[in-house]
Amino acid sequence: MSDNNNKLNGSPQTNGAAVSNGTPKIGFYVCHCGHNIASQVDVEDVQKFASELPGVAVSRDYKYMCSDPGQELIQKDIKELGLNRIVVASCSPLLHEHTFRTAAEKAGLNPYYFHMVNIRENVSWVHDNKESATKKAKDLTRAAIQRVFFHKALEKKTVPINPDVLIVGGGIAGITAALTIANAGKHVYLVEREPTIGGHMAMFDKTFPTLDCAACILTPKMSAVKSHPHITMWTYSEVEKVDGFVGNYRVQVKRKPRYVNEELCVGCMECIDACIYKEAKYPDEFNQKLSKRKPIYIPFPQATPQVVLFDPETCIDFKSHRCKKTCIEVCDREAIDLKQVPEYKEINVGTVILTTGFKTYDAELSPQYGYGRYPNVYTSLEIERLVNASGPTAGEIINKDGIKPKSVGIIHCVGSRDQKAHKWCSKVCCMYSLKLAHLIKEHTGAQVYNFYIDMRTPGKGYEEFYDKLMTEGVHFVRGRVSEVTDWALVPEEENKLTIRVEDTLIGVVRRVPVDMVVLAVGLEPRVDADDIRRMFNISCSNEGWFLERHPKLAPVSTFTDGIFIAGGCQGPKDIPDSVAQAGAAAAEVLSLISAGSIELEPNTASIMEDHCSGCKSCIPLCPYSAISYIEDSKKAYINEALCKGCGTCVAACPSGSITQNMFDDEQIFSEIDGLLKFAGIELEETEGEHA
Amino acid sequence: MPDSEIKNNYEPKIVAFFCNWCTYTAADLAGVSRLKYAPNVRVIRIMCSGRVDPQFILQAFASGADGVLIGGCHPGDCHYSEGNYKMLRRFRLLKRMLKSLGIAEKRLRLEWISASEGEKVKSVINEMVEQLKVLGPLAIPQSLDKINEELKEIPEEEIREEEPAHA
Ligand SMILES: Cc1cc2nc3c(=O)[nH]c(=O)nc-3n(C[C@H](O)[C@H](O)[C@H](O)COP(=O)(O)OP(=O)(O)OC[C@H]3O[C@@H](n4cnc5c(N)ncnc54)[C@H](O)[C@@H]3O)c2cc1C
Ligand code: SF4
Ligand code: SF4
Ligand code: FES
Repeated sequence: MSDNNNKLNGSPQTNGAAVSNGTPKIGFYVCHCGHNIASQVDVEDVQKFASELPGVAVSRDYKYMCSDPGQELIQKDIKELGLNRIVVASCSPLLHEHTFRTAAEKAGLNPYYFHMVNIRENVSWVHDNKESATKKAKDLTRAAIQRVFFHKALEKKTVPINPDVLIVGGGIAGITAALTIANAGKHVYLVEREPTIGGHMAMFDKTFPTLDCAACILTPKMSAVKSHPHITMWTYSEVEKVDGFVGNYRVQVKRKPRYVNEELCVGCMECIDACIYKEAKYPDEFNQKLSKRKPIYIPFPQATPQVVLFDPETCIDFKSHRCKKTCIEVCDREAIDLKQVPEYKEINVGTVILTTGFKTYDAELSPQYGYGRYPNVYTSLEIERLVNASGPTAGEIINKDGIKPKSVGIIHCVGSRDQKAHKWCSKVCCMYSLKLAHLIKEHTGAQVYNFYIDMRTPGKGYEEFYDKLMTEGVHFVRGRVSEVTDWALVPEEENKLTIRVEDTLIGVVRRVPVDMVVLAVGLEPRVDADDIRRMFNISCSNEGWFLERHPKLAPVSTFTDGIFIAGGCQGPKDIPDSVAQAGAAAAEVLSLISAGSIELEPNTASIMEDHCSGCKSCIPLCPYSAISYIEDSKKAYINEALCKGCGTCVAACPSGSITQNMFDDEQIFSEIDGLLKFAGIELEETEGEHA
Repeated sequence: MPDSEIKNNYEPKIVAFFCNWCTYTAADLAGVSRLKYAPNVRVIRIMCSGRVDPQFILQAFASGADGVLIGGCHPGDCHYSEGNYKMLRRFRLLKRMLKSLGIAEKRLRLEWISASEGEKVKSVINEMVEQLKVLGPLAIPQSLDKINEELKEIPEEEIREEEPAHA
């Protein structure tokens, strides 16, 4: 690196050796972006400034550079003026670099002779002093102009796409994506952590706004997944490890032991009946612990696969090895295998869709509502189970004491729109609260009160559903509930739960005594969302939702090529939106598969053999083991197919023997130099802290 | 010009190296969110903070930067697994070196800023500008030669020592 201190003395043109593609003839284009840039940056001034920089053959400003006429402007200049470098000062390269590169390419110029200056996200949108913003835009422009002197023609790197797909999470989003892709004839591995697929939707009885029966629309899809020739469904499984990159990910999946052979079990459930425990004793997780199950169980009757499993925590034989094992005796298919161990599967896939969903807010964290303290305060998910025909009470809505409530209060926004919990709106709670209000009224005839802050029902048929509820005699009270208490002030409140709320429509504080309280808990990221996103190398929003590449234009893509997201893991969403996103993610995957390959940035590193001293210090640095040591030549060698272009080795080589396409030392040095050359005030005095 | 006056009118120049995947994206987010911050920073986009060569930093100071800011992904989040750790090691080494050159510690800053932390881009930049204003101008070009001399001796051994074997 010793000779890399090439401060650009005078005109960079003199650095002939480094300059490829002849003498640079640079076209510079600065974009107004309507008023977005022009209101804060004196665009004409930048244009004029650039026109005087060395190497610039033409400098123009234009209202919208990314528009067709804007691109044609560049193309025309390339052809007519013989430009061999293009610099566009406009928005972020993350947005339009591809657009301009393609435009240059179409005009016959190698796209890597293009460079982009970000004067919108990095300048006009973040500064409000036009003078300093313009100065900054000029510095950035100068840096880019100097940089393109050192650009080189590069070949795009293409990698083949393995057509197999991994989908993590078998809720409605994962199921939809899996079926869409499998129906296109591509192979899907669907990995689900729980013993059954179905996710939250499998817990519901009805779904808003049409009140279709959830099981009726979901279970056919679940069986279709199970029987699809192109889907390998691994339930009770988790992804342990992910390596590789777009087109070729190597994934290790752990299949947790069910202690029941999935191939042999037919789901007759005779073993459950035969279990030495005559009564179910342990809380049933699927039923939100409102009922009990045995140590051998199946989450719910339509669970997919229809295979029982053991809970080693509660099974006597796992604890003492002294059970009579009546379950084994009764199974004539000999499906039970208490010696089962975890199984590890290695698969190769080209693309991944994450559909890991959400969890509901822990209502105990908002103690004012009494959850966990008063037995008759329920979460919405618990009521979903109670109201479900296959739930713990076979669809009867009764309190824990077995009595049918005569009055029910549903409290909206529990954990949502709350500075002390989550600031966001969970989007589905108003609607599911209306659904539950309808179902509770239908099942019990009780008086139902909905306590809401704002009623949020945007969606097709949603406001109409709300209107319908109003005509059903459900009561609506607008205001945030301050407390649920069993402290009775008047005889009507005796043995009831009293909901205290300021009714903001009539401006009085009300006390509403009810028999049952339902908390409309909000949606939040899963506890392990952070581990999962790390494993797949994607980002999270501050709240912990998986981060999309662009909130509007790339809502199911991530910053990691080949990894897509859909459904509740990306943010609160109802079923229609989750299904739509799953379809979008499937389409993204299929488009990659049918293209067969993907173009990657050619920003790989390579070693200048002549300079390499063979010190080997780069070798352990590469996260992809792309660097090896060649014994014969006593030099290091980078396998370009493995290099992902982080540049770590380039920065570390003591002899400056590693170069990196697109981010070469001389390119970055010229940028540094360009940024500072005319920047800021000129210093007359030099007194500093340095010796 | 009296000292205080220099400091008052003085606008420090900061060269920033932001990694493409986290901090550069966060800076875009700050833009899209129209957060306002001091105009003193000029960003150079690199793929990973691991690409930041100590020479870039020294060259920036040498060419007249008053501060250098490096932005990378949070530990464990680097798009390339651990480029940010490599940067961190180099950064510690560099800090020691800058100290020996008499360059105040606050002039070099390394921050982990994730793609969703637009606010942090703003606060870090604003804070750094304030700190540099207190420090006043750094006029290094004069000592450039000296740095270059020292540089030739330092990194080769130390960097190698600092980088542990890859697991
Ligand atoms: C009380 C309530 C009622 C609702 N009612 C309605 C309604 O009536 N209509 C409507 O449209 N919407 C309703 N919703 C919203 C609905 O639940 C969601 O839109 C839907 O469940 C989102 O589906 P999903 O597949 O994205 O996530 P989920 O349903 O959460 O499924 C995610 C799946 O991924 C699995 N998983 C998670 N992490 C991993 C991992 N690391 N590895 C492997 N697998 C993993 C989970 O076990 C789960 O099976 C309701 C929500 C609630 C809370
Ligand atoms: S770091 Fe690698 S490329 Fe550089 S001299 Fe040593 S072995 Fe050669
Ligand atoms: S640039 Fe990064 S990925 Fe490529 S060889 Fe160097 S260390 Fe490995
Ligand atoms: S990619 Fe951001 S620090 Fe490595």
